[in-house]
Amino acid sequence: MTNTFDKIQTVTVGSGGAANIEFTSIPGTYTDLKIFGSTRSGSSSGNQLALRFNSDTGSNYSRKLLYGDGSSVQSFSGTSETYARFAFTQSSTFTASVFNNFVIYIPNYATSLTKVAGAEGVTENNATQAEASLHGITWNSSAAITIITLLDSGSTNFAQYSSATLYGIKNT
Amino acid sequence: MARTYEPISTQTLGSNQASITLSSIPGTYTDLVIVANGASTSGGSMKARFNGDGGSNYSTTYMYGDGSSGVGGRISNDASGIAGSRNGIGSQGGGVMQINNYSNATTYKSMLSRQFGQNQIQWFSVGLWRNTAAITSIVFTDESSGNFTTGFTISLYGIKAA
Repeated sequence: MTNTFDKIQTVTVGSGGAANIEFTSIPGTYTDLKIFGSTRSGSSSGNQLALRFNSDTGSNYSRKLLYGDGSSVQSFSGTSETYARFAFTQSSTFTASVFNNFVIYIPNYATSLTKVAGAEGVTENNATQAEASLHGITWNSSAAITIITLLDSGSTNFAQYSSATLYGIKNT
Repeated sequence: MARTYEPISTQTLGSNQASITLSSIPGTYTDLVIVANGASTSGGSMKARFNGDGGSNYSTTYMYGDGSSGVGGRISNDASGIAGSRNGIGSQGGGVMQINNYSNATTYKSMLSRQFGQNQIQWFSVGLWRNTAAITSIVFTDESSGNFTTGFTISLYGIKAA
């Protein structure tokens, strides 16, 4: 029986921050991909985290979202977007040293099927606002995923010590 | 380091099928993870039956978002539990289901189900099977009695705690 859950790459943001966290040269030898992340924004703008596959900046992404913020539950959707939002940003105004957490699951990433992914994310602020979210993502492309770029939808930087790890999962 | 996350079986449908069966599940793991991806002829959620039990022994407590509002609810005394993937008609569904402590013979079995997919609602639920038997087989069907379509894939993984 083979081990099936392998680390592919970890990216940790250094001092000065970074505009994105990017996994490149993703091998096509796995069945599914899973990303574990913990990030914080360098900005107070309170945007959402987003991703792009294969550096595609076309209007090829759609999403649906369910989230709770401690006082209400809401749902939104978006179509024909230029990236796929997948979690809320941990704003720089939130409690110091607190980072968000998220997990993204991408099944059958190397096939010619339209790509879907599920993401769960949480932010925490040891004061008031915090969010827990479920996102469903569609990338309308038949291409195998070889690059994943994580970014802030408000074009702000990730703060130092933000990190994400990409794992590959084999079903054989 | 011990190997702890292992593939048990995978099925990719070569033609449309009304059900998918995962059988002869070994009791040698601690937890199970099932990943589903594909479409169905009717759309909707997958439903799961364990060990061939078609009695009213399942319940599901859920929350979902449809793009405009968030909803929570419960289905009691059902003949199968909602689990696995939420599929579209001709579009890709996706989902991950986790069954912890599936092989013990003393407790009722519960499962987490996270469903996503192309333009599908975002679903998270907990399911309960009121039976203490170790899970050795799972049959998935479409909640709207449709077929899973060609290319639908389902993979079963086992996780060992030791």
